Amino acid sequence: MSLDAGRILAVVRKEFRALRRNRFIIGTMTVLPVIFLISPMIEIFRLSPGISEEVVQRLAGSTFLLLMIIPVVVPAAIAAYSVVGEREQGTLEPLLTTPVRREELLLGKAAAAIVPSVGIAYLLFAVVAVCAKLFAADPAVTTALLQSSQVVGEILFAPLLAGWSIWVGIAISSRASDVRVAQQLGTLASLPPLVVVVLIDLQVLTPSVSLALTFAAVLLVADVGMWGVVSAMFDRERLLTGARATSGRSRRAAG
Amino acid sequence: MQPTSGARWFTRRQVGFGFRPVTWQGWLITAVAIALVVALLVLLRTSRGIAVVAAVAVLAVYLGTAALLGGVPRAAPAPAPDPLAPPPTSHPTSFTTSPPASFTTSLATAPARVAMLATPSAGLPSPDGAALVVGHLTKRFGERTAFEDVSFTVAPGEVFGFLGPNGAGKTTTARTLGTLIAPTSGSAVVAGIPLLTENGTEIRNRISIMPENPGLYLRLTVIENLELFAGLYGLRHPRPRIDAALEAVNLGARGRDLCGSLSKGLRQRVGLARALLSDPAIMFLDEPTSGLDPVAAREVHDLINDLRQRGVTVFLTTHRLEEAERLCDRVAILNSRLRSVGRTDELREKLFSRSLAVETAAPLAAPDGVFDGATGVEGWRSDGDSSYVLSVTDPRVAAPAVTRALVAAGADVLSIVESRHSLEDVYLELIDEDPEAAAR
Ligand SMILES: Nc1ncnc2c1ncn2[C@@H]1O[C@H](COP(=O)(O)OP(=O)(O)OP(=O)(O)O)[C@@H](O)[C@H]1O
Ligand SMILES: [Mg+2]
Repeated sequence: MSLDAGRILAVVRKEFRALRRNRFIIGTMTVLPVIFLISPMIEIFRLSPGISEEVVQRLAGSTFLLLMIIPVVVPAAIAAYSVVGEREQGTLEPLLTTPVRREELLLGKAAAAIVPSVGIAYLLFAVVAVCAKLFAADPAVTTALLQSSQVVGEILFAPLLAGWSIWVGIAISSRASDVRVAQQLGTLASLPPLVVVVLIDLQVLTPSVSLALTFAAVLLVADVGMWGVVSAMFDRERLLTGARATSGRSRRAAG
Repeated sequence: MQPTSGARWFTRRQVGFGFRPVTWQGWLITAVAIALVVALLVLLRTSRGIAVVAAVAVLAVYLGTAALLGGVPRAAPAPAPDPLAPPPTSHPTSFTTSPPASFTTSLATAPARVAMLATPSAGLPSPDGAALVVGHLTKRFGERTAFEDVSFTVAPGEVFGFLGPNGAGKTTTARTLGTLIAPTSGSAVVAGIPLLTENGTEIRNRISIMPENPGLYLRLTVIENLELFAGLYGLRHPRPRIDAALEAVNLGARGRDLCGSLSKGLRQRVGLARALLSDPAIMFLDEPTSGLDPVAAREVHDLINDLRQRGVTVFLTTHRLEEAERLCDRVAILNSRLRSVGRTDELREKLFSRSLAVETAAPLAAPDGVFDGATGVEGWRSDGDSSYVLSVTDPRVAAPAVTRALVAAGADVLSIVESRHSLEDVYLELIDEDPEAAAR
């Protein structure tokens, strides 16, 4: 099977154009990061010099958790819309009549969701780090934020968590009958991998480069597995009618 | 949401706030917002209490504006009911009558497609050269049968009409042949390729489907919609093709409009332009004229005629019988099962015995005596005071004989015409005698 980069790019370009004009998504992508910046910023500015190592680590951990929520929630919202949204609009059928392969369609949609989310996550991390460097009273904060386990975690987790959210979101979207239900379920289902980050935040797990790499490897396996599952269940008839070929349900196809 | 006047000011200027500033006011306000944030951060170093309050205030203003504007950034004109283009004084621009230069150019860059276009049958090595061969095709959704045991053949370049009442299975048949839905049983060859799951991509490369509902991305412009599909069909230099397709449906001037601002009929035409993009060998058009005004429908008819002349096979689903009669080489009448297939005149002959309608100035004194002796007349019935309907073997033989007999009997003949049965008569006859239809 050969994938055609031109077709994937065509899908990505269309997704970007549509995203750019989708108020809900733009709103989520603009407002969420701002909200998420408030708490770490206030923390950073409130610290006085000479605080304990423990407090600094806790701050670094909670900032990390907050920054990880973005690449989980934003792509989940986009991905959950991807199939059921198109079905409701009636745009899915013409799309499926073209020679595009399901993998190309999936990759195009995934790329369009992953790029902005990971971009925002990296940007936020940079903003927090720069602010800490410029404004934090104690240089230990910057050191904690930029410790290698933190940086490796940020760089690897953001795309991998986003990947998980996207595949889960698309899987739910291709089965759902309603955009809102898909978005709620998608957001919920994308949260479990955050447990590890929460455990780090709660100091149950001690952050380290090896922990970050292990978790990243597990996420990678989960992502690849989920991609396999999603592309296997991505069948034109099911997408179009919301039911499988052999299904006994008799829902009328949209349109 | 109806924006307040304040919000309208922002909307008009496409103010930024992280969205998409396009006017200088937008850029200015974005710059001020950024400056405010920076100032806040500086303030934080000196007096934290005030800074936190100020930060919350700035955020509240920001969120409030964002909520009011609801994301704003659209250069969209308000969706206006768009009167269809004025009736064309000349024949609408079309591939055959006046091929746009760009279209020809783009063809020259795609020799393989030209070959397929010029002689579709040459590109479609199906056993008997047919564009579509359908054998005992059936599709069931669980307990419900969409269509059953459907068999027919469509020749290359033929315009094939597919008629039937609501729920007869027309759309499902088109979707099945278009590889969107797997048949429950039966077989088909589409554009020379057997209808099997693994051949899906290859078949889709050679056909195009215009669904019942055009399904456009309303937030994208007409050209952006077509660019997506050009990309999906792997067209290398899409712009000339897109322009040509838009010209063909008389939408050349609307390319930059958002699809959401187009009227229903115009959207339908964008759907047609999209189906034309890939130079398909077979086009499936599902009710392409539904919702169109008579002028727009005529333009679609002209377009279909052009397609025929270019050798494109057209599978046309429609409820408009006069449309089918005018455009289609052959029609099939479906009602879950195929009721009949053939040329419309053949269907008429098959269903109705041929007849002559005779009208005289006054009732005949002894019609038996007049008609029974005339050559070619098999029977007659009275159809009003001085009107008679005669069943005949061949109207060309019977008409002169009946005329002579009437004149000999001293009757004043007003008219003798062969009764014409419309496709509607054929359709109603076939569907009415169908018990499934009665139950529907
Ligand atoms: N996805 C589906 N699941 C279950 N039943 C379906 C599905 N799609 C179509 N049907 C059923 O199959 C039958 C044929 O439907 P189809 O849409 O093909 O009819 P149609 O001839 O196109 O009708 P219309 O003229 O109204 O467009 C109908 O009874 C319909 O309810
Ligand atoms: Mg239909």
